[in-house]
Amino acid sequence: MPLLELTDVFARYGPIQALHGVSLKVDEGEVVALLGANGAGKTTTLRSISGMTRTSGEITFDGRRIARRSTESVARLGIAHVPEGRGLFPELTVWENLRMGAVGGRGDFAEAAERVVGSFPWIERRRDQAAATLSGGEQQMLALGRALVGRPRLLMLDEPSLGLAPTVVRELFATVRRLNEDDGLTVLVVEQNARIALEVTSRAYVLEVGKVAVEGASDELARHERVRKSYLGY
Amino acid sequence: MAAFLQQVVSGLAQGAIFASLALALVLIYRSTDVLNFAQGEMATFTTFVAWSLMNQGVSYWPAFALTLVIAFVGGAAVERIIIRPVEHRPEIVIVIVTIGLLIALNGLTGWIWGAEVKAFDSPFPNETTDVAGVVISYQDLGVLCVCLATVLVLWAFFRFTTLGLVMRAVANSQEASRLMGVRVGWMLALGWGLAASLGAVAGMMAAPTAFLDPNLMLVILIYSFAAAVLGGIDSPVGAVVGGLTLGVLINVLGTYVDFIGGELRLPAALTVLLVVLLVRPQGLFGHRVVRRV
Amino acid sequence: MSWRTILRKAIGPALFVLAVVVVALLPRFMGEFRLLQFTLVAIYVIALLGLNILTGYSGQISLGHGAFVGVGAYVAALLSLGRPGLELYMLDPPDWIPIGDGMRPVFTIPIAALVTGIVGFIIGIPALRLGGISLALATLAIAVSFPILMKRFAEVTGGGGGLNLNLPETPFGWDISTRHWLYYEAWVAAGILFLLAWLLVRGRIGRAWRSIRDGEVAAVSAGVNPALYKTFAFGVSSAYAGAAGALFAIETAYVNPDTFPVSLSILLLAAAVIGGLGSLAGVVFGALLFEFLPIYSQEPPLFDLSLADQAPAVVFGVFLIVVMLLLPGGVAGLFRALANVVRGGRLRRAAPPGA
Repeated sequence: MPLLELTDVFARYGPIQALHGVSLKVDEGEVVALLGANGAGKTTTLRSISGMTRTSGEITFDGRRIARRSTESVARLGIAHVPEGRGLFPELTVWENLRMGAVGGRGDFAEAAERVVGSFPWIERRRDQAAATLSGGEQQMLALGRALVGRPRLLMLDEPSLGLAPTVVRELFATVRRLNEDDGLTVLVVEQNARIALEVTSRAYVLEVGKVAVEGASDELARHERVRKSYLGY
Repeated sequence: MAAFLQQVVSGLAQGAIFASLALALVLIYRSTDVLNFAQGEMATFTTFVAWSLMNQGVSYWPAFALTLVIAFVGGAAVERIIIRPVEHRPEIVIVIVTIGLLIALNGLTGWIWGAEVKAFDSPFPNETTDVAGVVISYQDLGVLCVCLATVLVLWAFFRFTTLGLVMRAVANSQEASRLMGVRVGWMLALGWGLAASLGAVAGMMAAPTAFLDPNLMLVILIYSFAAAVLGGIDSPVGAVVGGLTLGVLINVLGTYVDFIGGELRLPAALTVLLVVLLVRPQGLFGHRVVRRV
Repeated sequence: MSWRTILRKAIGPALFVLAVVVVALLPRFMGEFRLLQFTLVAIYVIALLGLNILTGYSGQISLGHGAFVGVGAYVAALLSLGRPGLELYMLDPPDWIPIGDGMRPVFTIPIAALVTGIVGFIIGIPALRLGGISLALATLAIAVSFPILMKRFAEVTGGGGGLNLNLPETPFGWDISTRHWLYYEAWVAAGILFLLAWLLVRGRIGRAWRSIRDGEVAAVSAGVNPALYKTFAFGVSSAYAGAAGALFAIETAYVNPDTFPVSLSILLLAAAVIGGLGSLAGVVFGALLFEFLPIYSQEPPLFDLSLADQAPAVVFGVFLIVVMLLLPGGVAGLFRALANVVRGGRLRRAAPPGA
């Protein structure tokens, strides 16, 4: 049984229909990429899973139906969603942001925080600084760290590379990879940067106008002619 | 000089009451983005509840504590029942709903307890003390201490408890809070409850000297608005500083400027406020945060 | 043009003509007391028109409208009494105030409107620069300060004792009572001001107001100067309040600081909202409600009971909340929705136009 499964999901923002029957699944321990052009429905797919849009269709997580549940109850099931723009609390300090990650999660904050600080040692040094004063890369790392503090069963990242320098992007994806390999963390990542996304993921879906157009193993997709032309640019 | 300091001290006591209610307004403004015009009437209503309790023979401090609890429950209920359905509507709609609440509560208070003025007990002795030539009444001192203690407790709650942290997070970003699994609706209700309790403190502190009638908090509400705006409507520190400043200001102006006297304190205070705001529209401590996140 | 469009276009003017006929014939069917009540309705129509222009069309809240009504009332009282009249009260206002030697009350109406409009415009300049919250605070402060100021400057206003005016006589040798004359005077003024408001809100200025209400950024990019138009709306709204105040002073022949308490301002806003923001027809519902709701909620018809003095406030407040929760378009919005059903449409949420 897949950890997350979407079957024929439609979603709308007010009058605008954004998803036209998306079906996809993510198995436990996988890292899956969701690719596509601007406006293809990648972000909407994540937001639908998190109960932030009006949806129809079936969404199950760990065998439970979660479509049309509230955002907070989905989060409490163990889905950590790092949204576009990272969703930090700008006026709270770095450490307070981190603590917020444990509010809806399970387990001990101190222990989880220790592991996060192990991955991002600078967090300890700058713990009392307002999150708004961090650089873009640091904000993304903090958002990731905060998500991990809640010990999620599924991590959803929305455009983590947006606005970051290439070296920072590499570092970020290396961290995601390591988390998957060491701890078996399941990840669903939305990316505009298809090249790097296909490098670090095992499977990928390509969305076009609110529907899955192509799906398959990442290394195969990287060789797929249409994907190469449209998203990898060579 | 001693006479002047005396005015400053009683201004501080008056200002502490403004500060408490201003803080209640700021609390709700930060989380719900709206000015609660009914804050004063909620405070008046709960002060009457306290009066009834004491009238039934409950002694002062138990009645005080019980009133805070009742105010808390009432405030939270108001959020859940009346504010929640209009939460996502335009600001003007929410403001009008709070104005409706103001009208209804003001009427209800008069309906239940009558329009005549009632004497409200003070827990502080009706005496004065002499500190280096400055005569200070225990009443003023007590009011100042109770209000500041309340503010301090509230500050500690927000600063040191997880619940306080979560409430600050909700004020910062509701969507991000939801993604953390926070039940935002309950946090908003909690905020309204706390604000109502704060208002109750202000009401019970104001009632012994201002006398208790259904319009007890109307003028105090305006001063508190002014204090909150003066301090910066999104700044809790600003609300407290603004309240104390305004209290001292009106007392000193009223005493030393003949033209203003007792009657023109309110217009004078508001003129000062307008001037401050024209120079610094965000208030003394408010900030237009550059939200990079 | 199809019949349907013609019908839709004709419905407004037709309702207006119907209203004129009803207003003209109404006095035949009622005694002096009822007549007085309906004269007050006309006055509230004028006041609410002003408030609706400000709140409904340009999207700003005023909690001080009652104070501007008061300004108009005092201007009318002072002008119609004149210095000779004030001398009877032992009042000697400073010479620089152009009070004159008394004039026919009806002429004070436009002057009161103009003066109040200018006062509103001047107050509006700083207040509107500050935006939403500060405007609400400033207007509420004006409402609270007004009675205080009137009492404080007693050498002009007569202080807490107020000023008595003489009830005017029916002019031109008409064979109707003074009460009837005042009734027609008020309704003619209301009719003229209604048409004026209609012309204002449907024209270029009204469009600018609505664009400000619906989003200031969009308005700026459309070349509208929000500060100017907002201040202008504040001035126009005050002028309407001033005209209403003048008529009120003439009608009741008495002004007193406590006739214009804070609660007047707050209840006027409530009536404007319940009638329907952004709807001129809603103003009439609001005015009827403002006059009759307090009377009937204190002594509910069909029930043999007499409730406390505070009952009207409770009813008003609850009514306001319920309307906001269920009918954001107010009574006028409800009628629009019902008309839509009659025309075969679906029942939609009764939202205000443009919202």
